[in-house]
Amino acid sequence: MRNVLLICSKELKGYFASPIAYLLMAFFALIFGFGFYTATRDVAKFAFQAQMMGQQQPMSVNDQIIRPLLGFASTITLFLIPMITMRLFAEEKRAGTIELLMTSPITDIEIILGKWLGSVILYLCLLGMSALNVVMLFAWSKPDFKPVLIAYLGLILQGACLLAIGAFISTTTRNQIIAGGVTFFVCLMLWLLSWFTAFDTGAVASVISYLSIVTHFENFSKGVLSIKDTIFYLSMIFFALFLTARSMESLRWRS
Amino acid sequence: MIKVEGLTKRYPRTLAVDNISFEVEKGQIVGFLGPNGAGKTTTMRVLTCFLPPSSGNVNVAGFDVVESPMEVKKRIGYLPETPPVYPEMEVSEYLTFVGKLKGISNADIARRVDEVMGRCNVGDVRSKLIGKLSKGYRQRVGLAQAIIHNPDVLILDEPTSGLDPKQIIEIRELLRSLAGDHTIILSTHILSEVEHSCERVIIISQGKLVAIDSVANLTNRLRGSESVALEVESPDGRPNPTDVQQRLEQVSGVSRVMMKESKNGRLSFTIESLQGRSIRADLARSVVNAGWNLSEMRAIGLSLEDIFLELTGSGADKEAKDKDKGGQQ
Repeated sequence: MRNVLLICSKELKGYFASPIAYLLMAFFALIFGFGFYTATRDVAKFAFQAQMMGQQQPMSVNDQIIRPLLGFASTITLFLIPMITMRLFAEEKRAGTIELLMTSPITDIEIILGKWLGSVILYLCLLGMSALNVVMLFAWSKPDFKPVLIAYLGLILQGACLLAIGAFISTTTRNQIIAGGVTFFVCLMLWLLSWFTAFDTGAVASVISYLSIVTHFENFSKGVLSIKDTIFYLSMIFFALFLTARSMESLRWRS
Repeated sequence: MIKVEGLTKRYPRTLAVDNISFEVEKGQIVGFLGPNGAGKTTTMRVLTCFLPPSSGNVNVAGFDVVESPMEVKKRIGYLPETPPVYPEMEVSEYLTFVGKLKGISNADIARRVDEVMGRCNVGDVRSKLIGKLSKGYRQRVGLAQAIIHNPDVLILDEPTSGLDPKQIIEIRELLRSLAGDHTIILSTHILSEVEHSCERVIIISQGKLVAIDSVANLTNRLRGSESVALEVESPDGRPNPTDVQQRLEQVSGVSRVMMKESKNGRLSFTIESLQGRSIRADLARSVVNAGWNLSEMRAIGLSLEDIFLELTGSGADKEAKDKDKGGQQ
């Protein structure tokens, strides 16, 4: 455990000593803030018009602002996650520091968990930027906080899963750009697949949509804590980290 | 301290290390010598548990590298060819990280970091980013990293590359001060390096062990023999190279005749004598008796440099020489 935390804190220092962490946080805050602004503006306008017309429609901050916003956040993170994971292993391989790690009394699993945990923590920092916006809603209205927490849990699980996949891809190359590019492509495909299969009902479509990591976020975004989806995410994380471990082991045999 | 038996490392397309065996006693400094691509780095990577051997037994500090790599890793310090440093870290921060990685307790870490920074002369840059350091400083930080946990065995891949002469002398002194408590293997392709700091030399070439001996013995072994540069001219301007070579080879005491070049009817050779034989007079007589002109003859001194070239060789006559030397072992 000490070793995992050691690697994790080293990764975090690496992120925050370079502009990467701040850039990603700024990107995310900017895009999310823009989404937040449009969503609240539209809802406010709509509510105002409804009142003027004398219609008494029930308004829900949860359904009309928070849910679409967090869905939006889940899409933005798809584009930012490759930038978090691309350097994890590729950079160590390029600089030769992987030799230091792999000849130190620390297991491959500890290295992988430490690095993955570091990337998850940076990802949490990104989500924290969005939470700043959401907290404002709590200050000015009374949304239900439980669905918000569940949606955040979904975001964390989805992110952790994609980060594990990104970590695996990063072990396969010594070139950060390739690692980032491939991870970006995978994220993009997952996103597109969820679109393509949205209205299909065939067996292939349902398998694809099941595997598409993004679709499992839906229940969470509705505020439903789905055991099935949670297990899916956890097993995907486990599987991706397992692949990462295998890939690191193969480094020793191939290099 | 280190025991290697029949180590072979195969890559998909190449045989990097071919059946190498050697032993290193505790407290020795051993030089690992060979031209680039000889398999030095691969062997070191096997010793440090970075790469598994394809076959053979490797035992470091009493533990097998395949069966108990964790125990081996605790007892070795390793400086790869490029120092494994993180450019975004400060020197003291980096050494603290590596120290913890090697299992030094939080209570001891600050003291150890100060100690190795003093030993490797990097105290004056302790709070500089490693990325901003010169190659020499980076190399010394790499060395500090290797000795931070006071390992039994130190494995250094070209520790003096990129250093200026003054720094090289400092590193040599540092290495000598470390020997005794530590067993040190250092690889290099610079010979003076070995002459200065090592007690024993392991020479490998193209993955094969060529020689393993003390520095003194190696130099002695070839100092007894003589090497002569010879130039022959024939009156008609057309000496037959094979004839001349054969005649020279028949001179008693000659171990090897190498044709250097043939230009304008002049043939130059390098000739080596057997151990402790003087051949120059016989050579001269032989050439003159054959009716050729002896246009030049001079003795060539043999340094460790020549021994190295001789042992590792190059090109076509390599295989034969390897076999030859293997036979002498």
